[in-house]
Amino acid sequence: MSNLSNILPDQIKTDLPAFDAGDHVRVHVRVIEGDKERIQPFEGDVISVRGGGINKTFTVRKVSSGIGVERIFPFHSPKIAKVELLKQGDVRRAKLYYLRNLSGKAARIKSKA
Amino acid sequence: MFGIIGKKIGMSSIFSAEGEMIPVTVIQAGPCKVLSIRTIDKDGYNALQFTFGEKREKNISKPVLGQFKKNSITPSAMLKEFRLTDASEYKIGDELKVDLFKEGEKIKVKGRSKGKGFQGVMKRHGFGGVGGTTHGQSDRLRAPGSIGSSSYPSRVFKGQRMAGRMGYDFVTVSNLKVVKVLPEENLILVKGAVPGSMNSYVELLKK
Repeated sequence: MSNLSNILPDQIKTDLPAFDAGDHVRVHVRVIEGDKERIQPFEGDVISVRGGGINKTFTVRKVSSGIGVERIFPFHSPKIAKVELLKQGDVRRAKLYYLRNLSGKAARIKSKA
Repeated sequence: MFGIIGKKIGMSSIFSAEGEMIPVTVIQAGPCKVLSIRTIDKDGYNALQFTFGEKREKNISKPVLGQFKKNSITPSAMLKEFRLTDASEYKIGDELKVDLFKEGEKIKVKGRSKGKGFQGVMKRHGFGGVGGTTHGQSDRLRAPGSIGSSSYPSRVFKGQRMAGRMGYDFVTVSNLKVVKVLPEENLILVKGAVPGSMNSYVELLKK
């Protein structure tokens, strides 16, 4: 058994939009500071979706002041408040790790027509 | 130590209330029925003998099958004794379930580790292997090195660690936290790994 989805359905999220590698998303992350909670957005391109069931994760890459930043999010994590799908990309691969070696104009992803 | 018998289902993860991902092992534990009771007067110690799982009648030896028949309990795959200080409150046929354990409790899990077959000393005992590959040395990278002296004692000492069968040992892991108990499905979720392969039997023990 690789996942508990049939045993613990309340752990599995169903409210996230369907997105895949190449899509531009904004992830709203819950950040707890002391006893206060706030939302911190993380916007970038999905370069990988892997795993299944509760172990599913996705990687978001953005370039922040010239530095590439990647974050791996567990898909069903309660720390993710919501995910906004901003743009759907047109890519030929499931994993876009080649973007790490590209910069500037070459690192753009074509939008789906 | 008191506990029940379970079957390892596999590993997964679960999110805590704080949103942390916890690696868990899913174990199907119980229901275990009491087949016989050992008492100080009769056997010199107090214990309960539990049944777990299912097994076809034709695969059970006749003396054991007789025990099941006598107490009209369905034949089971596993029989294990668990010691306890006072067995008087239990009677034959009683059922023990996974609700014996509470969430947040620390337990011990005992099982047979995965068999690794015939393994060399590096994997089996953590030896470092012999030296390098230069100066004409070859085929000695994973060797055990010297196993003793020559004319005295003219033999290899008992207990010298060598290559051989590895794994399939009884291993007990202590202080495993119970993350969740699902009494309807007879499942228990324990943080971290437990010995053995999927579908192998384990003992869940109270600390």
